[in-house]
Amino acid sequence: MAAHLKKRVYEEFTKVVQQQHEDLSAKKLRLTKPSKSAALHVDLCKATSPADALQYLLQFARKPVEVESVEGVVRILLEHYYKENDASVRLKIASLLGLLSKTAGFSPDCIMDDAINTLQNEKSHQVLAQLLDTLLVIGTKLTENPSVRMRLVEVACKHLTDSSHGVRNKCLQLIGCLGPVEKGVAKEAESQAAKDVQKIIGDHFNDQDPRVRTAAIKAMLQLHERGLKLQQAIYSQACKLLADDYEQVRSAAVQLIWVLSQLYPESIVPIPSSNEEIRLVDDAFGKICHMVSDGSWVVRVQAAKLLGSMQQVSSHFLEQTLDKKLMSDLRRKRTAHERAKELYSSGEFSSGRKWGDDAPKEEIDTGAVNLIESGACGAFVHGLEDEMYEVRIAAVEALCMLAQSSPSFAEKCLDFLVDMFNDEIEEVRLQSIHTMRKISNNITLREDQLDTVLAVLEDSSRDIREALHELLCCTNVSTKEGIHLALVELLKNLTKYPTDRESIWKCLKFLGSRHPTLVLPLVPELLSTHPFFDTPEPDMDDPAYIAVLVLIFNAAKSCPTMPALFSDHTFRHYAYLRDSLSHLVPPLRLPGRKLLSSPVSPSIAPHEDPSQQFLHQSLERVYNLQHLDPQGIQELLEFTIRDLQRLGELQSELAGMADFTATYLQCQLLLIKALQEKLWNVAAPLYLKQNALASAAAKQILEETYKMEFMYSGVESRQVVIIHHMRLQAKALQLIVTARTTRGVEPLFGMCEKFLQEVDSFQRCFISELPHMQGSFVDKLLDLMPRLVTSKPSEVVKILQTTLRQSTFLHLPLPEQLHRATANIIEPTGESDNPLRFTSGLVVALDVDATLEHVQDPQGTVKVQVLYPDGQAQIIHPKPADFRNPGPGRHRLITQVYLSHTAWTEPCQIEVRLLLAYNSNRSKASAKIPKSSWSESLEALPQSENGIEGTIPFSKPVKVYIMPKPARR
Amino acid sequence: LICLCLHPGAGQDVGRSCILVSIAGKNVMLDCGMHMGYNDDRRFPDFSYITQNGRLTDFLDCVIISHFHLDHCGALPYFSEMVGYDGPIYMTHPTKAICPILLEDYRKITVDKKGETNFFTSQMIKDCMKKVVAVHLHQTVQVDEELEIKAYYAGHVLGAAMFQIKVGCESVVYTGDYNMTPDRHLGAAWIDKCRPDLLISESTYATTIRDSKRCRERDFLKKVHETVERGGKVLIPVFALGRAQELCILLETFWERMNLKAPIYFSTGLTEKANHYYKLFITWTNQKIRKTFVQRNMFEFKHIKAFDRAFADNPGPMVVFATPGMLHAGQSLQIFRKWAGNEKNMVIMPGYCVQGTVGHKILSGQRKLEMEGRQILEVKMQVEYMSFSAHADAKGIMQLIRQAEPRNVLLVHGEAKKMEFLKQKIEQEFHVNCYMPANGETTTIFTNPSIPVDISLGLLKRETAIGLLPDAKKPKLMHGTLIMKDNSFRLVSPEQALKELGLAEHQLRFTCRVHIQDPRKEHETVLRVYNHLKGVLKDYSVQHLPDGSITVESILIQATAHSEDQGTKVLLVSWTYQDEELGSYLTSLLKKGLPQSTA
Repeated sequence: MAAHLKKRVYEEFTKVVQQQHEDLSAKKLRLTKPSKSAALHVDLCKATSPADALQYLLQFARKPVEVESVEGVVRILLEHYYKENDASVRLKIASLLGLLSKTAGFSPDCIMDDAINTLQNEKSHQVLAQLLDTLLVIGTKLTENPSVRMRLVEVACKHLTDSSHGVRNKCLQLIGCLGPVEKGVAKEAESQAAKDVQKIIGDHFNDQDPRVRTAAIKAMLQLHERGLKLQQAIYSQACKLLADDYEQVRSAAVQLIWVLSQLYPESIVPIPSSNEEIRLVDDAFGKICHMVSDGSWVVRVQAAKLLGSMQQVSSHFLEQTLDKKLMSDLRRKRTAHERAKELYSSGEFSSGRKWGDDAPKEEIDTGAVNLIESGACGAFVHGLEDEMYEVRIAAVEALCMLAQSSPSFAEKCLDFLVDMFNDEIEEVRLQSIHTMRKISNNITLREDQLDTVLAVLEDSSRDIREALHELLCCTNVSTKEGIHLALVELLKNLTKYPTDRESIWKCLKFLGSRHPTLVLPLVPELLSTHPFFDTPEPDMDDPAYIAVLVLIFNAAKSCPTMPALFSDHTFRHYAYLRDSLSHLVPPLRLPGRKLLSSPVSPSIAPHEDPSQQFLHQSLERVYNLQHLDPQGIQELLEFTIRDLQRLGELQSELAGMADFTATYLQCQLLLIKALQEKLWNVAAPLYLKQNALASAAAKQILEETYKMEFMYSGVESRQVVIIHHMRLQAKALQLIVTARTTRGVEPLFGMCEKFLQEVDSFQRCFISELPHMQGSFVDKLLDLMPRLVTSKPSEVVKILQTTLRQSTFLHLPLPEQLHRATANIIEPTGESDNPLRFTSGLVVALDVDATLEHVQDPQGTVKVQVLYPDGQAQIIHPKPADFRNPGPGRHRLITQVYLSHTAWTEPCQIEVRLLLAYNSNRSKASAKIPKSSWSESLEALPQSENGIEGTIPFSKPVKVYIMPKPARR
Repeated sequence: LICLCLHPGAGQDVGRSCILVSIAGKNVMLDCGMHMGYNDDRRFPDFSYITQNGRLTDFLDCVIISHFHLDHCGALPYFSEMVGYDGPIYMTHPTKAICPILLEDYRKITVDKKGETNFFTSQMIKDCMKKVVAVHLHQTVQVDEELEIKAYYAGHVLGAAMFQIKVGCESVVYTGDYNMTPDRHLGAAWIDKCRPDLLISESTYATTIRDSKRCRERDFLKKVHETVERGGKVLIPVFALGRAQELCILLETFWERMNLKAPIYFSTGLTEKANHYYKLFITWTNQKIRKTFVQRNMFEFKHIKAFDRAFADNPGPMVVFATPGMLHAGQSLQIFRKWAGNEKNMVIMPGYCVQGTVGHKILSGQRKLEMEGRQILEVKMQVEYMSFSAHADAKGIMQLIRQAEPRNVLLVHGEAKKMEFLKQKIEQEFHVNCYMPANGETTTIFTNPSIPVDISLGLLKRETAIGLLPDAKKPKLMHGTLIMKDNSFRLVSPEQALKELGLAEHQLRFTCRVHIQDPRKEHETVLRVYNHLKGVLKDYSVQHLPDGSITVESILIQATAHSEDQGTKVLLVSWTYQDEELGSYLTSLLKKGLPQSTA
């Protein structure tokens, strides 16, 4: 070792540049611990000036340090620390100490004493602050040890009187993170340390430095997060901080007040200038409302956000937030909202035709007008009119949350939300439409409000329109005129933007089924029927006509008198639509037309049960009859699979379940078939054909298992085990087939080893599930494991073959909810005969619009695949922003795919489809290895052993006609 | 200490803003506006009022113009060129760019159209603008060694600013016109907690609390939209700058959103030039425009085209912005006459109309107008009124006061009766003095200026070390010597002061005799006193010295028997004058006598 060092030292003295090279190579060779710390030691000893030393340290920091060598390195650093005179070098050492103690797997308690010792003689404030930071790192790694924490807190308290804000800052942070949370522990420890941390921190609320004040509040919040119950006494202190000069202090104070209001909502606080008292949560609410008109927008956003979560506030205060008394020349004026309401109730609809329509009426008592109310007055009015859209969005969100919990408030805030539909920023508009949808259970729209809402239907942004359709789906309308208005506007929308067809139909479906009684009087008008004359039959393919019919049929479902108003062709159209658009047209009980109504019995309610029963029965049958003769099993499986697939098509609710089980049975069937092959009895080379079949079966099973694991949402660990088990069987099969067909033993060695590893990891991952798997393949395999490990590949194969044959078929338990991920490409439609022409070599953007259902984390998993006729495939990752989330479990992908190709002689079709990417590591408890954060090391850790990544196509391919033209010269 | 003089103009009146501030010996003129209502001498402020004789340049240190509206800058060329002022004039960059356009337009109307003489010329405007120094937002401009000014964003119109004027530690904030609610093209006024001694605020809407702007916007858009859908024409008379741009943006974005095709026209003229500046000064606009200008500058209108006289007769729907805003002359009136007969059409008045104008007549409901040449024009088109005003309402004014935390408030630019109400409210809510001077009235405000004193570092460290943690908010008592020499103040330790002045230190001691009835021996008495003091003064070091005296900190107590009466002991208490507090406390304590039970 020493010799090595010596050599290095000599080398370094001669050539500096070369040393770096050597360093690099040394890294590649992974020299172990001693060299690392020693090299550092040498470097530091050699450094002639502080700048040099700093350089060495900086270089050193770029490389990772192994866990074993951390302590040694720390010792050396500390040694230099004591010797070093230059503050900047000490600072760097201190920061390195912190980084080193973060190293995973290293327990820093051995260096804690040293770190505390260094604090004693330190003069530089910056270094002190950095050392305290290091202590914080150490402390957070040793949180379980109360005495360590105690000690660190004590150290921090000692340095609280430091004159530098940085040091005080860090001390407070330390106390916040490590301060004792349980009272009991504090008492049994040394008495002077048992000081109340809250008091210590509270004393710094009035520190002269705003940064320290902020740190104090943050520390308090940290304590709260760690479970300490803050004292109510802090409240008054925090209220004073709301008037601080610095925005970060105010921002933190708002948070603190919010926390306190959640802790002590019901306690009573006095109102300063009077004798009255109010609940603390109300007082806090008023104060936070006040901050919505703060000078700094950061504080405003913060305040507006927090308002939303203060649901205990009394309704009287809540409603004040929307109140803004208008006046003009000291006379009370009604708001436009009030006027609109009045006009509406008086039956007159037009507004503001005259000048002075809004003329102020009553005189105001000058004394009673309070221009800046201390309470919550008009907080949301201000928030929604704010300059910054961040504040407006936060206000809308808060409004949403409050309205969800209070129906009366929801009713009141409606006018304001409707106003937000005209905001200049699209995000805000969208957000307010979503909000409205969320609270739509609590509200009924007035006609004038509906009018404003519907005006937005002409918006050119598709997102807005679709959000609005969603909103209309769940809106309550009060009058039949409202329904009519909505229909007219939707039809207008349809003519203007024909692509909205589906969404508009769906919207009308819900509108109809929610308001059957309101639709009823409109029916003659809508169908343009006449009591005496026959009217011409409307065009069946007209989307507008279909829209009207969808509305009427859905209303007719719960309004039995309605069909009497239909004319003959309406019934015919009903039959047609019921077939072609069955998801939009409900089954109706029509007089005298029972046959047409629907092939399925019209009473749907008790229908679900039998199908579910059927599903379970068929599964039971399969599991019970597993000891049938091979032929019987195969047939039974085939039938059951067919049944299940058909069931899935018929019952959309059970589709996921049925498909899932069918796939599983399919795997089993394939496995059985493969094992029945004759090749197992005959010498291998003669049966190449069958053998191809078996290996194909193994391959398919593998694919299917990945589909089962990743394409269904709601799969629980019980199912995952079974799926993995099936996969293991498939792998065993693969191994056997290869063993049969390949000559020589060498390739088998590797395969066997890999397989055994997989068995091992299976055992490790699912150890808890093993007891449920009696008699299964893996169960038997694990019994034989000791023998397998020692035996030769050929023997292993033999054993595997027998176990595979003997193993029983595992019962697949079904989860509560199971949904298959599906995707449907709406655009491109694939019907166009006009090729998309573009110059070769350049790109053309293809709009892709698809709906995704039951896809978890679509941003990470959904890809678009483009297949060119020459077999070239291209996979495109859409941007996260291209995914919209219109409802739970549903996503919408609207993106652009860039195509390019060299010139073709004639147009040809390319295929576009969606893929679901998976990574077999993802499911496993997601134990990600934390990145070594302290060094920007280029040596990425090798991807964990058996992470298999792949893709599953999950949408029908769509053909697009394209034509890259040769570029003109 | 601040003396404030209001000039004709401003004060309790709208129009003709011109305020003179004297702050710590510096004279600053704020705004230099004209009055729209007069055509004679009264339209400009009376500058002879400032100095009876002597040049303005000598008297005024600088002139500040808050924004480009003529009632704030209209008299500027007259003031600088005809009356004569050569000092600096400060305004923001957009104001400097747009102001001459408006002045030139104003000059053209008065001289070329009305044929007035004795008015400033184009050259004068140019010369005047040469004296202008442009400032940036939040830039502190040092006018001279003591006077500094700083601009804050004020909303209202492009380039409008509030100015903070500071001399030493005294400061004044002048708001000009401002708007606390953002609109479609400008943000809201903002000021930091600068705690000026005086805030001079406009108070146009002192007694109004306005409805949310969203309702107004929605109403406006709905009306325009409905009319256009019906196939009608919409006429919007506007003044060329300010509101017109806001309405343009509003309609432009609406057209964009709703995919409308009907043409929008803007009558040409000075607007085009001004629009150019709007495109340039993106940083002065609101968040939306600032954020999206990289993709598209909102002022590069897609749907709004220049208007040509011939377009007015085109069939089909259209929207036209035309000047002037009160329908009293020019293009807007011409178009109005063409369109008035059709009930499908609509005219929207976006602002206030002066009595006597056509705009005012139709707003008050007159349906038959007599035009020149005794023609009768029947108005069948719909007439709408929409208030789009960009002044802060009562709530906004209060909000600004809350933000700035001034010590005094002065209201200008409003009507006396309305201001009275606001004044009362301000005094009630903020507990600050509020003034509302009339035209020509002078208001004097007394301030408590803080005087900076240099303190020697040694003394500061020593003194802060004594107490607990220094607290920024609370005054702290310090012992030191104040030396006033050569117009500077210094606080030094007594020792140093003595040294500097070459004086010897004198010690001042107070002694006091306290008689105590105690028959015991002297040393016993001393012991009792000692025990007593030790019990009472726990925080001080009480010591019993071997020579029979007691010290409490540096105070000496000795006991002797009374020469005549042995039962009476005389306690001699002696302290230096620095310990006066403790010393007098001790004597009073001892005078109460010793507790009996102590043994």
